Amino acid sequence: MADRNGFFDLSKTALTRRTALKGLAAGAGLTVAPGFVRYSQAQSSAPIKIGFQSHRTGIGAAYGRWYEKTTAAAVKAINAAGGINGRQVEVIIEDDGTDPGRGAEVVGKFATQHKTDIVFGTLFSHVVIGSAPAAGENKMPYFVVSEGHHVASTKLNRYVFQPGITDVKSQIQSMAPWIAANAGKKVTQIFPDFAFGYDHRDYLPPALKAQGAEVIAQIAIPPTESSFTKYFPQIPAETEVIYHVMVGPAVLTFVKELGEFYGSNRPQLFGFIDSLEATDINSPGLEFLDGSHFWEGSPRYAQADDSEAQKAYRAAVGIDDNGAAVGDPKDVSTAAHMFGCWETLYVVKKAMEDAGYKGPEDRAKLVEATEALTAFAEGPEHPQGPKTFNGKIHQCFGIQNISKVEGGKLKVVHKTKIEDGLYEAEGDYTTQAL
Amino acid sequence: MSEASPAKAYTLHLGVIALLFVLSFLLPEYYHGLLARIMVLAVFAMGYNMLFGYVGLLSLGHAMFFAAGLYGAGLAVIQLGWNVPLAFLGGIACGAVLALGIGLLALRTTGVAFMIVTMMFAQVFYLLILYFATWTGGDQGMVVPQPARVLSFGATALELTNPTVRYMTALALFSIVLLVTLAIVRSRYGRVLVAIRENEERTKMLGYDTFSNKLAAVVISGTICAASGAAYALLFGYVGSSFASVQYSILPLLWVLLGGAATTLGPLIGTLFMYYVIDITSGYTSAYLLIVGIALILLVLFFPKGILGSVRQRWLGWLP
Repeated sequence: MADRNGFFDLSKTALTRRTALKGLAAGAGLTVAPGFVRYSQAQSSAPIKIGFQSHRTGIGAAYGRWYEKTTAAAVKAINAAGGINGRQVEVIIEDDGTDPGRGAEVVGKFATQHKTDIVFGTLFSHVVIGSAPAAGENKMPYFVVSEGHHVASTKLNRYVFQPGITDVKSQIQSMAPWIAANAGKKVTQIFPDFAFGYDHRDYLPPALKAQGAEVIAQIAIPPTESSFTKYFPQIPAETEVIYHVMVGPAVLTFVKELGEFYGSNRPQLFGFIDSLEATDINSPGLEFLDGSHFWEGSPRYAQADDSEAQKAYRAAVGIDDNGAAVGDPKDVSTAAHMFGCWETLYVVKKAMEDAGYKGPEDRAKLVEATEALTAFAEGPEHPQGPKTFNGKIHQCFGIQNISKVEGGKLKVVHKTKIEDGLYEAEGDYTTQAL
Repeated sequence: MSEASPAKAYTLHLGVIALLFVLSFLLPEYYHGLLARIMVLAVFAMGYNMLFGYVGLLSLGHAMFFAAGLYGAGLAVIQLGWNVPLAFLGGIACGAVLALGIGLLALRTTGVAFMIVTMMFAQVFYLLILYFATWTGGDQGMVVPQPARVLSFGATALELTNPTVRYMTALALFSIVLLVTLAIVRSRYGRVLVAIRENEERTKMLGYDTFSNKLAAVVISGTICAASGAAYALLFGYVGSSFASVQYSILPLLWVLLGGAATTLGPLIGTLFMYYVIDITSGYTSAYLLIVGIALILLVLFFPKGILGSVRQRWLGWLP
């Protein structure tokens, strides 16, 4: 194609069949050449990057620390078993300060700077809600472990999922049959006067009513309150069960003052362990809780009938039979929630494998593959128990535990059924555009 | 402080705006998004600076004005279905009305009492947001739906979720507020405010109604902060009570102190500085707030008037 003077002549570039075949052969040869092979492998074996939005500081720090430990254990197990689609998993952590404003920035940072494949791991509801718009705008699959009802409410967007932990509406609903049958029919609720308390205020009464029991009083305590004695006279005398969900440092004072108010003659007590996550149940002042019952997502204390999967999970995360860090009995875990990190990562693995996920260009496929999931069997990947998944509302539903405080430990006395916590879907994310 | 010629002052400010415009095309994706957020929050700091820097009134309650704009605009979209421009104006109006009411009451006090009264009002505002959780979303907050965050001009629709549109909208707001602030501080009214800051009694003796002037400053300051809050809700899509907490009253104070109180560009510099220190240090340690604290102490020790305040004092006396 060069003229006689050695210059390239475009007028003489018509391809002959022979030339074309030569070119094709050369191209094919290049693709199998050693250099190209190395390049292909570098592309396909690059790690899958998971952005972990962690509450390292702020009000959620105790949860954040244990969420990180559980995540590290799950990633280690996944990588040891060959990773996801043959690729190792790499976790990149950013602290959101348990602040919704910073949370949104962190999601943006994962999407545009770290260029992670997904964002994962957020617990506090206000951070999830604050970060969700950034996830939607960046078309970034956002897998939260929050237990809030916000995902299932379908008020967020198509990129937000909660496949590893049951939401609070379902948890509350599934407690009602046991409370009505075993604790009492007349229930007084004491809850903090903000959103976490409102979930219980709104969802418990209809659930109890369906079981032939009733809420006879609801006592909302302002979040700024540090002493509770003045509220206790509002508890009706005929109360058979006090349902309490106080959270934060005030819970110790709350329990102590409740004990002083009732002495030894008290109604049944039922609470959510959220109040006492990362807190030793044998802390001074909590003696009054002996004999009372708690909801637990996953049991803090090792149980006699723990499955092999549960035992393996506890060993991998590094918690002892009392639910504290191995080697540090004072470092009590957030066992009731943190299993959600482990299980969510296995859901991500499954969805990525189903989608044939290769990189950020396949994020929409990952969303659709996650929505197509329907159930997770109990086992090493789901040690808390079996779950169903509703792809329309991006929410999973699992069994719940009711535990009794006995001899300074929490013993599981009842496991709910998945059906106890099911409710009508409030919307459908799959109708939203990707 | 020597006086800058109008041309010099406006050239500098227009230059800063031009620089921010050019940066839109040069910055990597992440910093592009971050700078949009910083410009919106710098407007909040400029509103704070108007009262703190130029009138000398230290408020610890400005989060309520930001939140008034945030909720005013956000709720207008979520609950009333208003379009973006109307909701933005609604947010600003909420802030202006609130600032007028708070100003009328809080300006009966001065000094530490003013600080405490504004903080208490902000706390009331914050608790009201929690109390009316049915409408405000309480402590969890609410999402402003993505489909509603669209600016429509006839057949043309600009999605505020688009990074370029968001950056340019933030820049437009920042530029307008910056130039308005500059015009105010260079005006006769601006000089009266500085006179009040320097010696209120003497200003009164010269025949000025200091109460009315201060009240106007509170309203202007609150309105600017509300504009920032309204823009935040519409551009970033989240309305939450944490923005009404005391933390968000202290943040603009820090941004202004860092950048230089009573300098028009100081709030931008301070907000930029804080954001980048947090963003960079948090990548290395979870004790990043300790580093931020040390940085603040060093700045106060070596640049007591803030970055631009010190620059003005030492080298560029004409900086407005």
